[in-house]
Amino acid sequence: MTQYIYYPGCSVKSTGKVYEESLLSVFKYLDTPLKEIDDWNCCGATAYFSIDESEAFGLAARNLALAEKQFNGSKNLHIVAPCSACYLVLKKTQDYLNRDQELRRKIELGLNEVGLSYESFVQVRHPLDVVVNDIGLDKIKEKVTRPLRGLKVACYYGCQIVRPYRDFDHERNPMTMDNLVEALGGEPIDWPLKTRCCGGSLTGTIEEVGLRLSYIILREVRRRGADLVITTCPLCQFNLECYQERINKDFNESLEIPIIYFTQLMGLAFGISDKEIGIHRLFIPITKLAKLRKGGENVYV
Amino acid sequence: MFETKPNNEIRIGFYVCHCGHNIADTVDVKEVAKYVATLPGVIISREYKYMCSDPGQELIQNDIKEHNLNRIVVASCSPLLHEHTFRNATEKGGLNPFYFHMVNIRENVSWVHEDKKEATIKAMDLARAAIKRVFFHKKLETKKVDIHPDVLIVGGGIAGIHAALTLANAGKKVYLVEREPTIGGHMAKFDKTFPTLDCAACILTPKMSAVKNHPNITLWTYSEVTKVEGFVGNYKATIERKPRYINEDLCVGCIACIDECVYKEGKYPDEFNMGLSKRKPIYIPFPQATPQVVVIDPETCIYLKTGKCKKTCVEACDRNAVVLDQKPEIKEINIGTIIIATGYQFFDPSRITYYGYGKYQNVYTGLEIERLVNASGPTGGEVIMRDGRRPKSIGIIHCVGSRDVNTHLWCSRLCCMYAVKLAHLLKEHTGAEVYNFYIDMRTAGKGYEEFYDKVLKEGVHFIRGRVAEVTDWASTKDEEGKLIMRVEDTLIGVVRRVPVDMVVLICGVEPKEDAQDVRRIFNISCSTEGFFMERHPKLAPVDTFTDGIFIAGACQGPKDIPDSVAQAGAAAAQCMALIDCGSVELEPNTAYIVEEECSGCKSCIQLCPYTAISFNDEKKKAYINEALCKGCGTCVASCPSGSIRQNLFENEEIFSEIEGLLSPAFEYTKEN
Repeated sequence: MTQYIYYPGCSVKSTGKVYEESLLSVFKYLDTPLKEIDDWNCCGATAYFSIDESEAFGLAARNLALAEKQFNGSKNLHIVAPCSACYLVLKKTQDYLNRDQELRRKIELGLNEVGLSYESFVQVRHPLDVVVNDIGLDKIKEKVTRPLRGLKVACYYGCQIVRPYRDFDHERNPMTMDNLVEALGGEPIDWPLKTRCCGGSLTGTIEEVGLRLSYIILREVRRRGADLVITTCPLCQFNLECYQERINKDFNESLEIPIIYFTQLMGLAFGISDKEIGIHRLFIPITKLAKLRKGGENVYV
Repeated sequence: MFETKPNNEIRIGFYVCHCGHNIADTVDVKEVAKYVATLPGVIISREYKYMCSDPGQELIQNDIKEHNLNRIVVASCSPLLHEHTFRNATEKGGLNPFYFHMVNIRENVSWVHEDKKEATIKAMDLARAAIKRVFFHKKLETKKVDIHPDVLIVGGGIAGIHAALTLANAGKKVYLVEREPTIGGHMAKFDKTFPTLDCAACILTPKMSAVKNHPNITLWTYSEVTKVEGFVGNYKATIERKPRYINEDLCVGCIACIDECVYKEGKYPDEFNMGLSKRKPIYIPFPQATPQVVVIDPETCIYLKTGKCKKTCVEACDRNAVVLDQKPEIKEINIGTIIIATGYQFFDPSRITYYGYGKYQNVYTGLEIERLVNASGPTGGEVIMRDGRRPKSIGIIHCVGSRDVNTHLWCSRLCCMYAVKLAHLLKEHTGAEVYNFYIDMRTAGKGYEEFYDKVLKEGVHFIRGRVAEVTDWASTKDEEGKLIMRVEDTLIGVVRRVPVDMVVLICGVEPKEDAQDVRRIFNISCSTEGFFMERHPKLAPVDTFTDGIFIAGACQGPKDIPDSVAQAGAAAAQCMALIDCGSVELEPNTAYIVEEECSGCKSCIQLCPYTAISFNDEKKKAYINEALCKGCGTCVASCPSGSIRQNLFENEEIFSEIEGLLSPAFEYTKEN
């Protein structure tokens, strides 16, 4: 039987707290509770890799080794990493360690020092992939109690879960989240910027470039008439939501688009309480949702 | 196992060739000759600069006479190149040609080794093996078979048409089989042809009607070859003629039946116009269709689908040509040679999602544009887009499905030119700004570069860069409602966004979907891309590995009209060469059954890839048709009782050869 083990990463413990809240609630609701890896550390992320590659690989490999150790009974072990950056770094580490025996030897030596070993049977998975491809849309449809009728959703995948590893979807026009939205009763909109850069860490370094990139995405969402955006990545969510006021000021705009995690949207359709899925923490409230809840033509029940 | 007893009767002549520097630089040919002279049975051993030259061949002939030789071994290049030459020389010297054996010390030794000493020893080993082998060679006779003078041509595009007319004009009887209801192929759909801008129909349709009217051509359209048996000169083909629900002999193409169809307007996508217009279930593909005979599409005809209809078409025909209960007809024909000219298909651009074909209505394929600019096309030659507008700006993307590791690696060769042609035609028809996005311009061909130059001067824009995507995501007001082409202009080094009204995808050429099925029916090979494989890429471009079967046109690889026609002519000439020769010699390296030892287990019958083995029910023994046997040896190796043998590959020959190869090497190593 497939064993899932949860690797949170730093973001979902801080700015992306609602991601963790909604993820754990939704997985529990789908009878697949997630257990967190004990004593996990930073995935290594972008910053570490640009300073010292092998140390960065060491950090990521420690998490993989921990997972394998803590679930030693099961060889069919999957790490669920919700943050796109963590997901990519863990995948990249596996890939490099499989291909570069010299690097692998070095990393293994380091792991042995602290009583760990890495056998590489653990698989790195994104929760979106697990939800749609393992748990399945049929089960999700069954579990929906409040279909999102009339809700127009822009699915924004960001770059890292489909590039460069095309594990479960197309790198230019992914559909996994769109299919999920349909299963939840909502209307995914077709748009061409699903995997375009949100600005990433540029919002913190070269702000005018970062903001412009976020703005391009938000403006297109509005043009397509979406009610909200769902994302899979804490950084995308942060850039698109928290900077909207700044974007409005800089570009003389009046954007007010709710940006939520796909797990929050699932929670809404499953009828999980707002508090459990972090709806009460949003900066930009889902006004359409409030309208829908009161009743009317497009009933969100 | 098989001792080569010193036998006074065996007198071997051995010749090692320098092949200029090719062999002599890596193999010490003098030493080889010296060594072979010491082997039992060898009467004379020589080295010579070019054994294949006339003096080289004369050497063999004179030695046979002078030294009374009865076996000849030549160590030189591959038997594929010169086995025939030396067999002839042996025969001219007065010996049966199968007393000759060839050793390949060029491709197998000098070209693949660097160390001269090692290479020389290997050449000696191979020579020794051959010397031991020829002791057991037998006198063999080649068989001659007559060539049936009729020809089957599969595919009625320009290549098939040209080949058919060439052969028919030479007085040969031709069967031309075409899958579609009309001949003409892709060329019939084109508007004009590069670089001369001849109208495609004007140059094609006279040839189409010539095919129809030629007394030597039997034209079967809407038909497919389902089975081919036999061998060079004696093929038997089975052809299924699909029911067109019209009696072809009675129909005169007056289209009264089409007018009277219960559908007052066309309802189904017209294949000939690439779905840009509608047709009725009963139709003629296009005005110059050949034969000019109506066809009923069983997928859309109400009567054929449901059995219920007023059948107004039947009433409308005063010649009673509409036959709604027509059945498929099976034809069996005997022919001697076959030309396969089944053509190509264009790459399906919806596979490249980011170019938006099928998603944005104003994205077109090149073939659709051919119809759109054509005077007999769906809009009468006016460029009106699917949304009813006329384009003011047009982007043409080259290499869609070509030169791309994700789709096809090859260059489709004709696309640059048809893109330039369409650019010219679109500019002429609309006056729009036309942008070509290319990776490299490849305009090799007579008059092609000049044509490109002319179109450049007409003011068509050429931007070097592979388009990243076609999108409707507008970044400025000007881009609203347009298709935006995002591309890196690699000549000026910037990323550009070019908003246009219409996008044309120049799709590459790929093998036809069912090329593999066709390959199996005719027992020919495909290259890795799936195009039919020629026997030699330079010297036998229309031959296949199956004798008597030739290929022509784009089924062999992307080709424009002039090249297809040239190849069709070549294939026709190859057929004529066989037909006019009247007969063909078959290699005697066939398998045969030693009947006393055959137990009749039939295990060889299924294994034979050429269906050459049958079972003689009377004798309860297997029987091998020598004309069909290609000498592959499968049955020989698999026969449980060892009762199948093969000429030129007898047990004694093979075992002696192995023994020769494995016996201790010459002391050359130690001495040097």
